[in-house]
Amino acid sequence: MKADPIGVATGSHYIDGDHACAEGAIAAGCRFLAGYPITPSTEVAERVAERFPFVGGQFIQMEDELASMAAVSGAVWGGAKSMTVTSGPGFSLMMENLGLATMMEVPCVLVNVQRGGPSTGLPTLTGQADMMQARWGSHGDYELISICPNSPQECFDLTIEAFNLSEKWRVPVMFMMDECVGHMIEKVVIPEADKIEITPREFYKGDKEKYRPFRFDGKGIAPMVKAGDGYFIHITGLTHDERGYPVINEQAQDKNVRHLVDKILKNEDKIRIIEEDQIDGADVVVVSYGITSRVALKAVELARKKGIKVGIMRLITVWPFPESRIRELAPKVKAFVVPEINLGQICLEVERCAQGKAKTTLVSHAGGWVHDPADILKAIEEGVK
Amino acid sequence: MSNSKGQILSNKLEIPKSDELKHPMEGYLREERFPHIWCSTCGIGTVLTGFITGLQKSGLDREKVAVVSGIGCSGRAAGYLRLDSFHSTHGRAIPFATGLALGNPELKVVVISGDGDIAAIGGNHFIHAARRNMNLTVICINNFNYAMTGGQAGPTTPEEANASTAPFGCYEYPFNLPFLAESSGAIYVARWTSLHIRRVSNSISEALLKPGFSFIEVIAPCPTLYARRNRLGSGLDLMKFYHDSAIIDHNADTRDIDIGYQDRITIGKFVDKDKPTFLENKDNFLKKKLGDKFIQYTGQNWE
Repeated sequence: MKADPIGVATGSHYIDGDHACAEGAIAAGCRFLAGYPITPSTEVAERVAERFPFVGGQFIQMEDELASMAAVSGAVWGGAKSMTVTSGPGFSLMMENLGLATMMEVPCVLVNVQRGGPSTGLPTLTGQADMMQARWGSHGDYELISICPNSPQECFDLTIEAFNLSEKWRVPVMFMMDECVGHMIEKVVIPEADKIEITPREFYKGDKEKYRPFRFDGKGIAPMVKAGDGYFIHITGLTHDERGYPVINEQAQDKNVRHLVDKILKNEDKIRIIEEDQIDGADVVVVSYGITSRVALKAVELARKKGIKVGIMRLITVWPFPESRIRELAPKVKAFVVPEINLGQICLEVERCAQGKAKTTLVSHAGGWVHDPADILKAIEEGVK
Repeated sequence: MSNSKGQILSNKLEIPKSDELKHPMEGYLREERFPHIWCSTCGIGTVLTGFITGLQKSGLDREKVAVVSGIGCSGRAAGYLRLDSFHSTHGRAIPFATGLALGNPELKVVVISGDGDIAAIGGNHFIHAARRNMNLTVICINNFNYAMTGGQAGPTTPEEANASTAPFGCYEYPFNLPFLAESSGAIYVARWTSLHIRRVSNSISEALLKPGFSFIEVIAPCPTLYARRNRLGSGLDLMKFYHDSAIIDHNADTRDIDIGYQDRITIGKFVDKDKPTFLENKDNFLKKKLGDKFIQYTGQNWE
């Protein structure tokens, strides 16, 4: 379906990534946001608070991030398209109810404008150190989708994509911005509403007795209903069967948990969004995401001037990880260079998938600022040797 | 399950098929989920009965009533009710319910959970939902301890009472929940015991029909843990205790109704007033400020 024009601020704007993310959410049809103020993400909630009264949205500032994430799941079962937004410490607090949303298969978007950690860390400065938390932050086995934008324009475009993916796979999508992208002001072009494709939620409309809120046969994702439609659903965070009823044994656990993992991993190729440039014949491939992918461009440009064959692989969806693509490339290249604003997270995945067939070099940065392209260039030069 | 002779008995509860034998609550319970997990003479089932009766009495369209529970023995209540029902995380029933009520404003959302869930881990959510006058009815089944995990002390355990994490007796001050609810802004506050089942169901019926944050505390026996550890006898003995020790005083000042160990329990309807709800305030306020430009949320538009 096409976007509802009421929420689409068509035109050229000069705004930061946080505001662009808010506009993307409203354009995507998000009409519920529960959040709690935290730097550097607050501007997303502020813009939504200002815009929602004019588009028929429901904004609430909750008492903390635990409540925000719980309210998002509640609102989705009430039928709303919902999101929350936070950063570092708030992201940690959301992990509990992110697990609930995962178990209840709640389509929603969780925006994390990353800052330096751990703990209070660097509230106003950038980081990319929550990438593993985006995957493993809540307890138990599960898989989610994570998206990393690298510009305000992408904060708009990819927020819509995040909602679309969440509805399609009935899964929380982590929108992993960072302080640089969040506060960077650039031109953002918002198209006409009829140019914006929206994935609607699939609602069940059949026989009430036959409705099953979950589907664990590996053949698809169960459609949803909303509370108040007379289906008398029961939805729990406990291990459950397809009716949603708790079943506390190992067989039920196997079915339920494998479904949560398989629906993402087995469809990685359908979910995957990556950008590649000059990969064929490359000796070194720079794998990057978020703001670092823009800094890496400079290093690649300098390396190419020196005659080095460098390819670029930019992860827009970081999770699920494009495992098969890295495996495919590993025997063909000498090295992967992975710059990231942390002390080594996604490089571990690259290294694992490369299976020793190519060298993996981390270019780390503890956070606070982006890389110096010279450091990435140095790693590229060493990679060709 | 087996009997004293070691013979295996069926786990399935046989439900009489005869049309003449119709349970008054038939259709309101997920009988396929029985047997339930609650112990014999536990008070939670009684409160659940009170809730169903109260709901029937209220005349509300049950398709528009949703129940949310947290975690714990009382947290299982949602799972046995044939309504839209949600079993959320520990302490988060109220914020989940807040989202549900805002996501679909047609709903009357009820939270049924325990004292630990609502007053300890969920305490912050409780006071804020009351402050906002969110349109929720919160029923807190208070059995003075964490029963699901084996009888630990909690925020309502009376001083002196024994609990597995207070093996020599509890030396903390307990919460006085009606006072907490009233001072946080609740528009309806009552306390009963599970002995006062008619009053419980009448009170629930009243609360369901009141827009805003209503709170009902029901003192209930935990025969397996709290009562056994404190040598208070069975659930039936506690019912006798409630009979002898509960004093109905609707005019009681909530500041004065703390519960001491095996002391008198003041019960009654302490607060019943009217105040615009969170959503009424929001919508009226923004309408006034923004005029015709304001668009009220009445549910997600999926067309």
